[in-house]
Amino acid sequence: MELLRYILRRTVLSAFVVVGVTFLVFIVAQVVPSDPAALYAGPRPTAEQIEKARQELNLDAPLPARFATFAAAMASGDFGVSYKSRRLIAEDLKAYLPATLELAVFSTGLALLIGIPLGVLAAARQGRWPDRLGSFGSIAAVAMPTFFLAMILQLVFAQWLGILPLSGRLSREIAIGAPLPVVTNFTLVDALLAGRLDAFGNAVTHLVLPALTLASYPAGVAMRLTRSAMIEILERRHVVAARTLGLSEPRILFGHALPNAMGPALTVIGLSFAYALTGAVLVEIIFAWPGLGRYVSEAILAKDFPVIAAVTMVVTICYVVMNLLIDIAQALVDPRVALS
Amino acid sequence: MPLLDISDLCVRIPTPEGEVHAVRAVSLRIERGEIHGVIGESGCGKTMTGMATLGLAPKGARIEAARFHFDGADLREQAKALRGKRIGMIAQDPAAALNPVLSIARQMDDVIRAHRTLPREARRREAADLLAATGLPDPGRVLKSYPHQLSGGMQQRVVIAQALATGADFLIADEPTTALDVSVGAQVLALLRKLVAERGLTVLMITHDMDVIAEACDRATVLYAGRSVETGPVEAVLQKPGHPYTRALLAALPDAAPHGARLAAIEGSIPPPRTRIAGCAFAPRCPKAMPVCAAEPPPERARDRHTWLCHLPEDAA
Ligand SMILES: Nc1ncnc2c1ncn2[C@@H]1O[C@H](COP(=O)(O)OP(=O)(O)O)[C@@H](O)[C@H]1O
Ligand code: SF4
Ligand SMILES: [Mg+2]
Repeated sequence: MELLRYILRRTVLSAFVVVGVTFLVFIVAQVVPSDPAALYAGPRPTAEQIEKARQELNLDAPLPARFATFAAAMASGDFGVSYKSRRLIAEDLKAYLPATLELAVFSTGLALLIGIPLGVLAAARQGRWPDRLGSFGSIAAVAMPTFFLAMILQLVFAQWLGILPLSGRLSREIAIGAPLPVVTNFTLVDALLAGRLDAFGNAVTHLVLPALTLASYPAGVAMRLTRSAMIEILERRHVVAARTLGLSEPRILFGHALPNAMGPALTVIGLSFAYALTGAVLVEIIFAWPGLGRYVSEAILAKDFPVIAAVTMVVTICYVVMNLLIDIAQALVDPRVALS
Repeated sequence: MPLLDISDLCVRIPTPEGEVHAVRAVSLRIERGEIHGVIGESGCGKTMTGMATLGLAPKGARIEAARFHFDGADLREQAKALRGKRIGMIAQDPAAALNPVLSIARQMDDVIRAHRTLPREARRREAADLLAATGLPDPGRVLKSYPHQLSGGMQQRVVIAQALATGADFLIADEPTTALDVSVGAQVLALLRKLVAERGLTVLMITHDMDVIAEACDRATVLYAGRSVETGPVEAVLQKPGHPYTRALLAALPDAAPHGARLAAIEGSIPPPRTRIAGCAFAPRCPKAMPVCAAEPPPERARDRHTWLCHLPEDAA
């Protein structure tokens, strides 16, 4: 009951955030520019084009009405047309967003899978060599420039060992030789829908290196946060009590201390996810990954405002939904969260 | 042979400011089936004595003793192996002793699983039975709860049920009623007495409250500044105390006063744990102190099975 009310409260709050960001995007796209219609109409527009844009944008209406029009369009997935490519932005997003989400989810999962157990280990062996090695590793993981790590991984796993593909989402034999029917544009999902295990495995191998590259930073952060939370919790009296009850050390670490230490580690998911959504331009370029980062960076260079606005909206919504899920996960792990 | 046999236990803890002499010379002989009270002001080494017995002294602590045995096994080597199997603990603050993010069912189940291989359903029944044995009226509902949903008295019963689940026959209860209301505390003491009688348990009851000694214990040992200064059957210690410190403790007990904070009524305070003490540690506060007291360790005095350490001759006590 408390949990349901908590989820409801969080959802309402998230909705407010989305509305707020919509408003900001609206301001930036349509109010700040001196002549948004000219921007909207594209480079070197004719007078008719500008007039048409004025009407489409509803520019002569009062501000609240214009915002309503804008918000309604965003809500219905009508992001307009890229003025550079003249393509429907919604169509572009259908291709780029799944590629990015796939990478973001995979790399976030990887970051947690690597960072949390290492943080637990470092805390359990505080001050001894696993801890020192882990601390060094986490600093290196956080400090290493992404492009550099990407190139090293490519060099080692693709060039020298030849066990993982260099770049792309699928091998040429599959992408061209036996293409997957495109349903969702999530390669993994499409492969499963088509019952193509070969393509699924192939897609996973393509995900590993870019996901590992992206996971490095959040894994390092997750490791540090888990370590310090664990060290604090291992001192608590309920852990001492668990020791007097004859529980095994792994059981104490993972069953009785880690759940209490999960809070900070879970917040890393948000960080990692946001970073993977648009911050991964270099990674997407190096691994020839057709993602949002590249899409929006090109749009920024071209001052392609409708695209920038659309990507901002989509990324915000993804991020807000992710944070909502994290909040719910926190409340499930720690029932007291829902009470506060 | 006593179940717990400690003679001249000494625990030194290294700290950045130098070594802390948390326990200086504690002797405890606890017989099977008794509730043995250990009483003394805060800081006199009660908890550390219990923690050393559990093998949970702080890292780097130096433990020395003439004898430090549990049922014939040397605790210096075996404490970790005995902990959670034969020796259990009931902590002062049950709210802190239970994991706030795990359900009672999970926390009971983890203990049962650590000690026996049983199918899930049998473990669940066992957990409910143990909770019922501690007098919890609705075990099914308690199992579904989280610690913050239970009252302090219920939490302490869960902690006791967990200790029972280990199968331990010796429990160290460190101020098990201090965090509870007086009436709830009395119920918990009654429960411990009942469990001792029914299950043949032995309990080391740490307290700073003479009432707890009077209500629940068979024998008692008085600690002062890290030393055991008097030990004997509860009636003897309460009615004919030998050591001036014990007498001061009892004198500071106005019958009508509310519970708690009574020991503070003795003038002065215990010596800090870093000082060296040559003679009797109580000398600076003792109304009967003589010149010899501060200079030489006091000899043992005895009356029946009741002993204490003091320079005063036995008949003057
Ligand atoms: N971890 C520790 N590090 C340093 N000193 C400690 C530690 N634990 C207890 N002490 C000291 O040892 C003495 C005995 O403490 P304790 O056994 O907790 O007393 P009691 O339980 O009788 O109140 C106190 O002076 C206390 O300050
Ligand atoms: S030895 Fe001396 S100072 Fe110590 S308790 Fe006895 S009379 Fe008092
Ligand atoms: Mg204590």
